[in-house]
Amino acid sequence: MCQVGEDYAEPASEEPPPRQPGREQKCVKCKEGLPVVVIRAGDAFCRDCFKAFYIHKFRAVLGKNRLIFPGEKVLLAWSGGPSSSSMVWQVLEGLSRESAKRLRFVPGIVCIDEGAACGLSPEARAKALAEMKLILQTVGFPWHVVALEEVFDLPPSVLRCFAQEPVGTEGAYKAAVDSFLQQQHVLGAEGAGDSPSLAQGEEQLSWPCTQDPQNPQSPDRPPTAAQTEALSRLFDSVKTLTAKEELLQALRTHLILHVARTHGYSKVMTGDSCTRLAIKLMTSLALGRGAFLAWDTGFSDERHGDVVVVRPMREHTLKEVAFYNHLFAVPSVFTPALDTKAPEKASIHRLMEAFMLRLQDQFPSTVSTVYRTSEKLVKAPRDGCAAGPPGPRCLLCMCALDIDTAGLCLPSPGCSEEGTGEWVLGFSSPLVPSAPLYLQTVPRLLGLRLPCICPRRSPPPHRPLHPAVLQGWGGCRAAVGGPGPARGAALLSQGGPPSPRHRAAVLRLPCEHEGLALPGPPAALHLGRGPAPQPEGLHRAADPGVPG
Amino acid sequence: MAAPLSVEVEFGGGAELLFDGVKKHQVTLPGQEEPWDIRNLLVWIKKNLLKERPELFIQGDSVRPGILVLINDADWELLGELDYQLQDQDSILFISTLHGSRIGAGSTW
Repeated sequence: MCQVGEDYAEPASEEPPPRQPGREQKCVKCKEGLPVVVIRAGDAFCRDCFKAFYIHKFRAVLGKNRLIFPGEKVLLAWSGGPSSSSMVWQVLEGLSRESAKRLRFVPGIVCIDEGAACGLSPEARAKALAEMKLILQTVGFPWHVVALEEVFDLPPSVLRCFAQEPVGTEGAYKAAVDSFLQQQHVLGAEGAGDSPSLAQGEEQLSWPCTQDPQNPQSPDRPPTAAQTEALSRLFDSVKTLTAKEELLQALRTHLILHVARTHGYSKVMTGDSCTRLAIKLMTSLALGRGAFLAWDTGFSDERHGDVVVVRPMREHTLKEVAFYNHLFAVPSVFTPALDTKAPEKASIHRLMEAFMLRLQDQFPSTVSTVYRTSEKLVKAPRDGCAAGPPGPRCLLCMCALDIDTAGLCLPSPGCSEEGTGEWVLGFSSPLVPSAPLYLQTVPRLLGLRLPCICPRRSPPPHRPLHPAVLQGWGGCRAAVGGPGPARGAALLSQGGPPSPRHRAAVLRLPCEHEGLALPGPPAALHLGRGPAPQPEGLHRAADPGVPG
Repeated sequence: MAAPLSVEVEFGGGAELLFDGVKKHQVTLPGQEEPWDIRNLLVWIKKNLLKERPELFIQGDSVRPGILVLINDADWELLGELDYQLQDQDSILFISTLHGSRIGAGSTW
């Protein structure tokens, strides 16, 4: 099952396909209508049944998880693509239904303009933005359009892990819903004279005017040329497409969360579809993020503490989304992305996508199997972290560090067999004074091969370090040098151009930084070979402190 | 012997980037020996419409996995996929669901 290639092509075509639904077949649900779409392996649905099935899935995912309380402010992350457009449309339809089944939260939309990262010209960006605003105005929710350049203006607070709000119990959810319904009943009785507007269901959702005047960052103020230039330089300094995608994702997440916090949204909804999450799961494994799969692909993601990211589209496959959008005219905007027209092997993400889709073509249960496996992932709390203060976190993805700092293996000099790597250690954050965070980057290597931790040939170097310095060492595990060029590649340079040898690609925060916190001789790395999916060239040391 | 056919070929989801950005193409397929089916149409598209990077659209004799095909607004799996015989005034729509065409923006949203 894992092999996709010519070997399977011939046998597959010789045997007759297991079940080929024809047009003569009727819809499997209503047994009457003419089928228009085939879902899963062989279930043909007619147009109306498909619509009902699609909408039902969306509501069921929200209802099953019971995380969104009535009246809560929810930010919808809209990229313009089909999945997020479909999600926005579902929310729009869900809010306008008759009262019993109506969705009960207060939505807003955020849209990030990533044109600078993708190398779009200002005209192309303006054009895409105009199209998006047209749709945003049609939808009618309060909207926020933010340019990616604003990531340079983010306050240091985005890196602070806020206290996790206690998850509501079943009882709490039910109580909240009951009290909300009671409230509506009272309001309904009082305002009986204005029944038309009440029937519309707008009265309890007191959202501001659609132009969103309270947005302090006016969407009409474009980012300055200097900021755009800085962002382009940042992305140009990252050599591999894999790393660029991961960096873009990290910056995007920080920006969305900042918008959510600024405007009081407690939840963010993203349009990740089933197919995308299955691909993401496999890609994350290849990138060394196995420890965080449950957060990356689960329904809810609470790593940021006060703002919870939910994924209501996670049970819809891309095929269903595309069909629904076409059949029911859901507007979406196409904007070229970082890897548009990139060849298959340009990045790990693309490779994994091609692999999964090709496998799915021949074995139609691939995506659903991977998805179902991801559902079984449980978020295991780190020892002591549930009760006590949150431990040190990765700066980029905000996940808890899974490195055992006591058994840390810094690559020792002399391990390198080819080329040299340079470990550039980052700054000390003033935010968490007792546990400074560091970011290791291997800029020069990223353009070449994957770094890896070599077998230890000498005891770890004894550096004259302050004990507090080592306490919160490192980015998340993949940044240490596992098969994760993307993780290690993340560097944010604010303002200053990277020096020719990339030594200056150091993470800086606007607050303060003086020089490198951990001076030491540059350590060399043993370089692995090839992309992550083929691990024969990678040597994984049996590092005691690094979980597999 | 197949008479000339007039069909509408449409591209969406970013696939239009490979066709000079033009989404709808009204094409007239010339008369030929074998009847026109999707397989032959793809060969014709590759030869006449596809401007660049054929490997991003076609794989072997079919479309690349990740590209959906709708024939008259219905899933091509219901109609025989590559073996469907084209009729006059049919509408064939190719929707790309690949990330390279900015679908769903992949990662977190």
